[in-house]
Amino acid sequence: MTTTTPPAAIGTQATEQRSTRAARVSRRLNSRIATLVAIVIAIVWTIPTFGLFVSSLRPEAEIKTTGWWNFFGNPEFTLENYQDVLFGQSSSSGQLASYFINSLVITLPSVLFPLAFASLAAYALAWMNFRGRDWVYISIFALQIVPLQMALVPLLSFFSRGVSLGGVTLLPAWNLDGAQNFAQVWFAHTCFALPFAVFLLHNFISQLPKDLMEAARVDGATHPRIFRTIVLPLVAPALAAFGIFQFLWVWNDLLVALIFAGGSDVTAPLTVRLAELAGTRGNEWQRLTAGAFVSIVVPLLVFLSLQRYFVRGLLAGSVKG
Amino acid sequence: MNFDFADQAPKLMMLLWGLVAFAVVVGGLLVLLDAVPAFFARRREAQLVAASVSGAPLPRRTKPREGLFALFFLLPTVLLLLIGLVVPAIRTTLLSFMDSSSQNWVGLDNYRWMFAEDAIVRVLLNTLVWVTLVPLVATAMGLLYAVLVDKARLESLAKSLIFMPMAISFVGASIIWRFVYAYRGEDQEQIGLLNQIVVSLGGEPRQWLLDSPLNTLLLIVIMVWIQAGFAMVVLSAAIKAIPSDIIEAARLDGVNPWQMFRQITLPSIRPALIVVVVTISIATLKVFDIVRTATNGNYDTSVIANEMYNQAFRYGENGQGSALAVFLFVLVVPIVIFQIRNLRQQRREG
Repeated sequence: MTTTTPPAAIGTQATEQRSTRAARVSRRLNSRIATLVAIVIAIVWTIPTFGLFVSSLRPEAEIKTTGWWNFFGNPEFTLENYQDVLFGQSSSSGQLASYFINSLVITLPSVLFPLAFASLAAYALAWMNFRGRDWVYISIFALQIVPLQMALVPLLSFFSRGVSLGGVTLLPAWNLDGAQNFAQVWFAHTCFALPFAVFLLHNFISQLPKDLMEAARVDGATHPRIFRTIVLPLVAPALAAFGIFQFLWVWNDLLVALIFAGGSDVTAPLTVRLAELAGTRGNEWQRLTAGAFVSIVVPLLVFLSLQRYFVRGLLAGSVKG
Repeated sequence: MNFDFADQAPKLMMLLWGLVAFAVVVGGLLVLLDAVPAFFARRREAQLVAASVSGAPLPRRTKPREGLFALFFLLPTVLLLLIGLVVPAIRTTLLSFMDSSSQNWVGLDNYRWMFAEDAIVRVLLNTLVWVTLVPLVATAMGLLYAVLVDKARLESLAKSLIFMPMAISFVGASIIWRFVYAYRGEDQEQIGLLNQIVVSLGGEPRQWLLDSPLNTLLLIVIMVWIQAGFAMVVLSAAIKAIPSDIIEAARLDGVNPWQMFRQITLPSIRPALIVVVVTISIATLKVFDIVRTATNGNYDTSVIANEMYNQAFRYGENGQGSALAVFLFVLVVPIVIFQIRNLRQQRREG
């Protein structure tokens, strides 16, 4: 029964085969072109950073006279640029080691404070019943759109002169000095981070299963206990996501640091120093290349090792909206 | 090599203080919130025991006061937002109607100055160019790349390469690109990649960052370089979320890749596309670091955020700086309204 095959069927089979072969060829060609374009984009995107990195390892005279691509024909390798830019004593060298510590000192509390405050607030807004809850959440959510430029001038005068209304001092000036200035940078970063932090963490915390919360309540757990023992462990990935965000944001920030940390090596972070070097010594490429790489390396490591959380946070923060 | 660790001691002390303050504030708050209800619970227990011993009617259970609790949970956030954002923003709005010393009211003078001064009009135009080009180009690049590497070999590595600039500071990125744009005289060997390419194609080297309006475009390239990775990640996730039966059905219908992209992919990822464009637009409006590091706003490259910083913090023109900040805010609002509208529409459809 199956030995006889109608000729018509053979015909269609043949054309089908031909068309699928054509389709396969064109698909393969398409995917070849696609791969090629993707590789070109990837190279264009990577090569500037790569060039900077290669340059930072070349001797000063070489950097200033020949292009970095010559390194591969004539590899001369040195760590002197890093030595100079990190630890050099002359005022023209970077002294970046000191600024590196400033960046660390600025970043750690600026990540921890908003993380703690925002997770408390997000929990209250998601799982506690009180009048005006939605109203408070919408207000905090809406604050995300206020550019931080709107707050800079008054906030600086709040730190330096305090707040007085009609001659009555409501809040005194902070009168900080030297390393104490870190406190105002922490304060500013914490305030500016909160709207987004509350929004992001609320997205996660409000999606925890309702049954779980109710069961805990029935068992007599109080809100602080639920928060500590149930919510925090469950939303740890979200905390990590926001932590990375905030870390990158604070470490890479220039504007807030310029205004609230000042330019001295006591409090200014790496970004401020690098911007200054780029402005005043824009042709000292041996320092700029090494310096830029010093500032890049920490966020890059954090980013590459925790990319998974970062992406998850990015998607939760932007798409679920 | 005389890095003196002792010099760093005050900073590290300050860090220690900061961490101690953190532990005290947050830990204290949690302990307080734990201790207070426990105290009430004990008192109620005692009341119940006393009541049952004396045979008196059991005291009625008081309603748990959640509002009070919530207040403590919200207190730090709300307080900080009021002091650090809400009140300053209102104050900035007021300052924008005052003179540079913030003493006298000047009405709309600062806004009039903004649109009358040629240099500032130039700044506004530059900002307009930034906010049109960056979202478009960055999103297009991100989308193209996301489609190209979707389900390809080494996909995650390929994505990491494009995504990496997101971890680099704007300052670092500006230095990286200034090096690409670096200029050496015609008789010398070029050290900047761009000029080297131009020279090897037979052209003359140029001082890229000095030529207006080309320099603004070259600064925009830096921003696109950073933001394309963000667009790519979000859009790639959206593409992967398209149900596979839709794709399979389309493939059985024999659509070609281009039709697939136009008729299936694009409509499916529309919401993500809008979010990406909106987010990048807002980030672009506030761009400051790139312009400051690459050209310091010279050679006609300044943008609003940079000019705001200069006016308020370098020239001491608080009124004019505040007016620029308010204007920046005004520009953000329509973008956000557009997004909210879209979200609502989506909800209604979904």
